[in-house]
Amino acid sequence: MIKNKNISQGVDYPIIWLYSILVTIGVLCIFMVEYREGGNWFTSFIGGKTNYSKQLFFAGFCALVATFILLTDSKLFTAFANLMYAFGLLLMIATFFIGKNINGSKSWIPMGGGFNLQPAELCKIFTALALAKFLSRQETDFSKLKFQLIGGAIAIAPAILSILQHELGLALVYSSFLIAMYREGLPAQILIFGSSFGVLVIASLIIEPNTLLIILSVIAVLLIYFARRQARRNKGLVTAIIVIWMISAGTQRFVIPYIFNNVLECYQSTRIYSMVGRDYNCADNVKSIKKQQSGNEKAPRKPDDYNVRQSKIAIGSGGFAGKGFLKGTQTRGKYVPEQHTDFIFTSLGEAFGFIGCFIFLSIYLALLYRIVQIAERQRSTFSRVYAYSVVSILFFHIAVNVSMTIGLFPIVGIPLPLVSYGGSSLLTFTILIFILLRLDADRQMVLR
Amino acid sequence: MSVFNQSRGRIIQIIFGVVFIVITAQLINLQIFSSQYKLAAENNAIYRKIIYPDRGIIFDRKKRALLENTISFDLVVTPSESKGTDTAALCAILGIDTAEYKKRMLDLIFKNTRVRPSVFEPLLSAELYAKLTENMYKFPGYILSERSVRTYPFNTAAQLLGYIAEVDTSYLRKYRHLGYEMGDYAGMSGLEKTYESILMGQRGIKRYIRDNKSRIQGPYENGIFDTIPVAGRNLFTSIDVEVQQLAEQLLQNKIGSAVAINPKTGGIITMVSSPTYNPNVLTGNARRKNWGKMVMDTAKPMYNRAIKGQYPPGSTFKPLGALVALDQGLITSDYGIGCGGGYGACGGVYVRCEHGNAGHAANLRLALANSCNSYFSDVFRKALDNKKWGNPNQGYLKWKEYMNAFGLGRRLEVDLPSEDKANIPDTSVYNKFFGGARRWNSCSVLTLGIGQDKMTATPLQMANLMCIIANRGFYFPPHFVDSIENEQVEDTVLMNKYRSKHVVTNIADKDYQAVNDGMHDVTVYGTASHIKIPGVEYCAKTGTAQNPHGKNHSLFVAFAPKDNPTIAVAVVVENGGYGSVAAGPIAGLIIEKFLNDTLSTAGKATAERITKMDLVPQAIKNWYTRKDAERAARLAKLAIEEAAEKEEAENIKENNKSNTEAILEQGSKPVGNKKDSTDKYKIKAALLLSEDKKKRIGGRAQ
Repeated sequence: MIKNKNISQGVDYPIIWLYSILVTIGVLCIFMVEYREGGNWFTSFIGGKTNYSKQLFFAGFCALVATFILLTDSKLFTAFANLMYAFGLLLMIATFFIGKNINGSKSWIPMGGGFNLQPAELCKIFTALALAKFLSRQETDFSKLKFQLIGGAIAIAPAILSILQHELGLALVYSSFLIAMYREGLPAQILIFGSSFGVLVIASLIIEPNTLLIILSVIAVLLIYFARRQARRNKGLVTAIIVIWMISAGTQRFVIPYIFNNVLECYQSTRIYSMVGRDYNCADNVKSIKKQQSGNEKAPRKPDDYNVRQSKIAIGSGGFAGKGFLKGTQTRGKYVPEQHTDFIFTSLGEAFGFIGCFIFLSIYLALLYRIVQIAERQRSTFSRVYAYSVVSILFFHIAVNVSMTIGLFPIVGIPLPLVSYGGSSLLTFTILIFILLRLDADRQMVLR
Repeated sequence: MSVFNQSRGRIIQIIFGVVFIVITAQLINLQIFSSQYKLAAENNAIYRKIIYPDRGIIFDRKKRALLENTISFDLVVTPSESKGTDTAALCAILGIDTAEYKKRMLDLIFKNTRVRPSVFEPLLSAELYAKLTENMYKFPGYILSERSVRTYPFNTAAQLLGYIAEVDTSYLRKYRHLGYEMGDYAGMSGLEKTYESILMGQRGIKRYIRDNKSRIQGPYENGIFDTIPVAGRNLFTSIDVEVQQLAEQLLQNKIGSAVAINPKTGGIITMVSSPTYNPNVLTGNARRKNWGKMVMDTAKPMYNRAIKGQYPPGSTFKPLGALVALDQGLITSDYGIGCGGGYGACGGVYVRCEHGNAGHAANLRLALANSCNSYFSDVFRKALDNKKWGNPNQGYLKWKEYMNAFGLGRRLEVDLPSEDKANIPDTSVYNKFFGGARRWNSCSVLTLGIGQDKMTATPLQMANLMCIIANRGFYFPPHFVDSIENEQVEDTVLMNKYRSKHVVTNIADKDYQAVNDGMHDVTVYGTASHIKIPGVEYCAKTGTAQNPHGKNHSLFVAFAPKDNPTIAVAVVVENGGYGSVAAGPIAGLIIEKFLNDTLSTAGKATAERITKMDLVPQAIKNWYTRKDAERAARLAKLAIEEAAEKEEAENIKENNKSNTEAILEQGSKPVGNKKDSTDKYKIKAALLLSEDKKKRIGGRAQ
């Protein structure tokens, strides 16, 4: 490390500004949620007992960490990427033994002083680094299936551990690495197949099984009819269509009911069904039946979309211009559960309305586009892959979190980056972004 | 390689943009185009507390309050806070069992959630209230909340005042736009219903912010949207409470009705329908029970016969018959006929007359005074057969026009709900009855002339007819409310209906004079000559309406004083016989009380005699006896069943010792050859016998 080097040299200031604005908005939003009329908010703020003062403390700690990262050498991250990845996985495995149970998921390690660390959060950073390291190796040719599979495995390993910890939301985040891998040459077909599969899943939830089967058959017959000329030249085409038809039919008929009834928990199935506006009958769910039989759990309650309903009410009641800072009745009445963490967007939507939401989302979009811009100006593959990983993770968090508060996505426990209350989450995103800034500052130096 | 995939960076950016647009679209949908979320948010977070104003008071003509407001208490519970309540103690005080307690609690939670307060026991009696206040510390989550209820200090005019009750769902569906909500009270009959909008006042609303557990957080927007309750306005009526009480007393033990109107204003002085009830029984917690009992009562105490009862007016109609003929110039006051005890000019129909002596119908005054049936049959035929109208059909239509003008066969729009218009049949009715327009004539409907046949009138219509004759040709629509406190423009519009003078055809004053003279003669030497009012000259007409179901109805109409009348009365006593026997004295006493303020010694004696007179038909008495017997039998049956159950339980206990024995016993039961089962039958028979005896004794006591 060069001793008299100015740490601000080459650092991308727009990102730092956007980062600071978002963290400030976050603290203010948490303040809105916690604020009670009449009480002396200043004393409670100084007392440090409230969530917003804690969040401010986290922000200060994150600033320290960020400075520290900017002071390090960027070579450090390439060198230790694999090691850190292994360390992260170890930590996650360790939670099974020394973990603490918070909100029904045993994914936290107590740090003392009332703070808890969630290794799955930190593992995002390590995975991003490891993936970047793997893809930037000279011998890696990402157009080959073998390397694609290894790349996928790097991303999937922590996801599987997260599922085992009952953190479905965190596991889903790892799917965002697909975007980064797509940028590095993952065939587009995988994304297309993936999204068609998504459409099929949603369709089989909404449409009656028999009706959907008829629709699929009709589509298949029409495809064969229109493709009959090409089919004469290419015999395999008809076979391919029929095979795809059979797979689709089998999926909607057997695989999806199996997943919902046998793999997912009752509440998860209910949430997904409620998103498409349907009720899921927990009596079909094998896990809930088992729990009932063992007598551990009460009879399954009626499907309840209380969270989404209250969240939509809070945002919808904000109207065009919002009710004003600290004027939100739904926020003050604590109608939205977990409003300071996963549903922080609702307090903003109620207080500042559509205008506020639009500006807020624009700030996020600016951050995302800026990171993509940075990614594309990197000379080294490592930096570029890492930047894309960061932007993918950010994008996935924002899109899923906001979508679930406005009823476009089932509820999964994913925080809003930099805004939601929570030290682990804030620290993770800070580290993610500032490593990127460090790498970007050194983009002229080396070609990794 | 990176160069190769450069375009993919662009695609990723496009994906970001698309997702951003989708989210923005949903936000526009939620925040700008969906108003239901704003509404839902208000329902969530804003608690509207209704502040009930005091209901308006109804006063009589001397500003005595016919009803007042007092405070009653409801036992209100918030289920979520009622943990640790001494349920057994509460049940003991309220006199319910724990099963009932649980049922009510579940019901409340289902209707009103467990976090909101709901009424557990409404309108506590004074005794219950005292017991509960002593023990409230044992019942966390329970409070006693105030509610304003009606009391009736004079125990009178129940049917006129009506009652208030909690609104039900059908009421809400109808009047939701007026701001009624579940749990509100509203006027359900009588003046309470007609003047509901004035009496109820304006409810105030206080808005509070509440949280997800319904805890109040503070006033909403510092109370700028709150409204202050405005007390209901008072009504000043023309009722005279003392006359009303007297009339109710006089009609005791009779079925019938009395109406007195001040002809100068149309204000109703008294209106009684007997049997009536004490209005206080429809307040408090026994309201539902009493109400149900009265609805089932065969004598219909809640039925206002004064505006709904339809009686043939009988001879009380005769003055009007005379007026119609006089106005058409068919007779003069000197017109007379020779009546030998009946009217036989129609051949097939023969109308009997009470009098046979010569000269009792020598002129109009005599005919009225003696109530000669022949005379008025003759006059009626003259009206229908008047050559001017062509044929009897047209003559009848003209006659009907007169009837309607005098307020018969149509509603008088009195300010009580569900007034009946009684019946002056249309020609079509007779066409149908006789099988064609040409197949009936004045002879076919002859008895209309003496107030019989198909014509009916309500007591109110009869009293109103007297007002017209007393006023010599005009009336004000009969009504109770003279003025409204703090009268608004829209109230004046409403009241103008009752303040505008209605002139009834232009019958000459001398024609009225002739009829009035005749009606005065009724009281001097005619059918009502024995009914005297000290210091008052009055005009009257008796009536005896034939009743196909039993004894004749007794009718009496009158107005007083003779010159410058201030009260017109109509009294109907069902099955009362001659008009002058039952109805006459009642009308006389009402007039005396109203004009002289007190009753003379003779009047008091008459009042006592009339009060004791029992004219309730035997059929109704039998019904009461039967009902009482049924109730007694039901109680007896319950007692027997209980006893049997106990016995059964004991039997089972014994039988448990040996199962085979039990089976044997059950098998042999119907035959009754087993010793202990025959014993049981004997016991049952003895019980039944004693209850039967009780029944018979009870029946006699009725």
